[in-house]
Amino acid sequence: MDYYLQILLIVGIFITLTLSLNLINGFCGQFSLGHAGFWGAGAYASALYSVYYALPMTNSLNMLLALIVGFIAAALCGLLIGVPCLRLKGDYLAIATLGFGEIVRITITMTEKVGGPRGFINIPHWANIYWVYTIALITIFFMFNLKRSAFGRAIISIREDEIAAENMGVNLFKSKLFSFIIGAGIAGMAGALFAHTQQFLHPSNFNFMWSVIILVMVILGGQGSVTGSVIGAIVLTILPEFLRFVGGTISEWRMTIFPILLIVLMMSRPEGLFGAQELRWRFKKEKA
Amino acid sequence: MNQNLTFFLWDCLQYLINGIAQGSLYALVALGYTMVYGIIRLVNFAHGEFLMIGAMCGFYALKFSLPMGAAILVAMLSSGIIAVVVERIVYRPIRASGRIPALITAIGTSLFFQYFGQLTFGADPKTIPPFIAEKIFNLGEVNVSNVQIAIFGITFFVLIFLWWLTHFTKVGKAMRATSFNLAAAELMGIDTNKIISFTFFLGAAIAGLGGMLMGYTMSIEPMMGMNLGTKAFVAAVVGGIGIIPGAALGGFIIGIAENLVAGLYKSSFRDGVSFFILIIILLVKPSGILGKNIKEKV
Repeated sequence: MDYYLQILLIVGIFITLTLSLNLINGFCGQFSLGHAGFWGAGAYASALYSVYYALPMTNSLNMLLALIVGFIAAALCGLLIGVPCLRLKGDYLAIATLGFGEIVRITITMTEKVGGPRGFINIPHWANIYWVYTIALITIFFMFNLKRSAFGRAIISIREDEIAAENMGVNLFKSKLFSFIIGAGIAGMAGALFAHTQQFLHPSNFNFMWSVIILVMVILGGQGSVTGSVIGAIVLTILPEFLRFVGGTISEWRMTIFPILLIVLMMSRPEGLFGAQELRWRFKKEKA
Repeated sequence: MNQNLTFFLWDCLQYLINGIAQGSLYALVALGYTMVYGIIRLVNFAHGEFLMIGAMCGFYALKFSLPMGAAILVAMLSSGIIAVVVERIVYRPIRASGRIPALITAIGTSLFFQYFGQLTFGADPKTIPPFIAEKIFNLGEVNVSNVQIAIFGITFFVLIFLWWLTHFTKVGKAMRATSFNLAAAELMGIDTNKIISFTFFLGAAIAGLGGMLMGYTMSIEPMMGMNLGTKAFVAAVVGGIGIIPGAALGGFIIGIAENLVAGLYKSSFRDGVSFFILIIILLVKPSGILGKNIKEKV
């Protein structure tokens, strides 16, 4: 039972993470490859708070504060990396954010106070599955609303065509930076939840591979689709676990199945399963 | 002169020499990145994996007691052929879909080969012996090995060769034309697909050579491509991506900076330095040291 609970927890955290990357990558169209860095920054900052500086309060209040700490720490990282890097585009931005993610990981590994390469232990168990899904639901709600807001439409226009968006009066830099900061902050909250449910953090949790896995979740679901992200996160968290039970060769080769899936998806449907569309309960009849 | 300062300067010189040798290897890998980027504007994330496959094949060639020269040839050919096959099967169909899908495909290819390598070659690190018997010369307080000199010489030779190839041969002219404007080159009767395949082959073969030469500093393992590949890519961007001398320059800068930081400050910062340099370069001159700024037109 614990095993299934754990998977459910991870699914919830990844839903939040995927949505936060979708804000940067899918809505705003800024290709970021360092999302695990924001996640890690949030996780470590909130754990730093709860281990060393926790206030004498009830656990739930402290958890709330840890979430805020995670959000702020990651958002600051987003600001720090966003200001210089958002002038770049496409491949260059991808590499710069990749480099940033690695710098975060190396800094964490170098910091003795948070356990360095041994990992950060004894983090209090403040969060549980209700926390995880409350945050996930709030994020889903937030993203749905954002997509329909003026700001949401502005950043979507940046994704479609930067020059056209600028001509229509969208402040490119500000909008990009804002989406970057918010996306990073939400990833930081996911990090805080991760820290306080797992009670153990290790720098290798936040390496480049994980940035790619979050990215694959976004792309599988569809860049710019909220429901797509949720489904992408669910499918790609459960699929490897499921393949584990198939046993034999498939179980051994499951890590190569991931990239093949990605390549096949890119070849057949580069916009992801849903594209920018949402999954709805009632489908309108298409007129011929 | 103060004695401490003297030692410090000798140390710096030693790190500089080590850095140049290391940088030559980065430069070899960066050349492939820059050539592929120059011709189809694709950041080939799997380039480090081509290197890994080349080094692995070279390792097995040595195990079957082939001489070193033949093993290097095997390494170059195997990475070249893998690159051509990957280009044909994966990158060519995706080329029309735009740059971001192509980038994601390249990341997927890279991850695939990493895990594929772990399953086929085993995850344990393997060592390749240096390609010539190592001899160390003492020059004052610094040591220079003949392997380091040879690596520098080979890199220099490869650069001269590429310069000759791109400027004085027909295929080189076609490569430059394709890189300048793919559609126009096609209209002029250049078989661009063939030229792109050739570029991939050339870049990966040079990476395979680099992989074999790496035997003197590090062991080879399936995951080596990622780290090395990102550093080499950083080198290519620092020098100005798409420009062949830029890749070499970037490689030397990264190699020297890494060795200086590792030697004078902390060795665990070694892997972080390249990214710091990258971010600084991107801030000051995004097109790289030798690059030209291109204005975007509507």
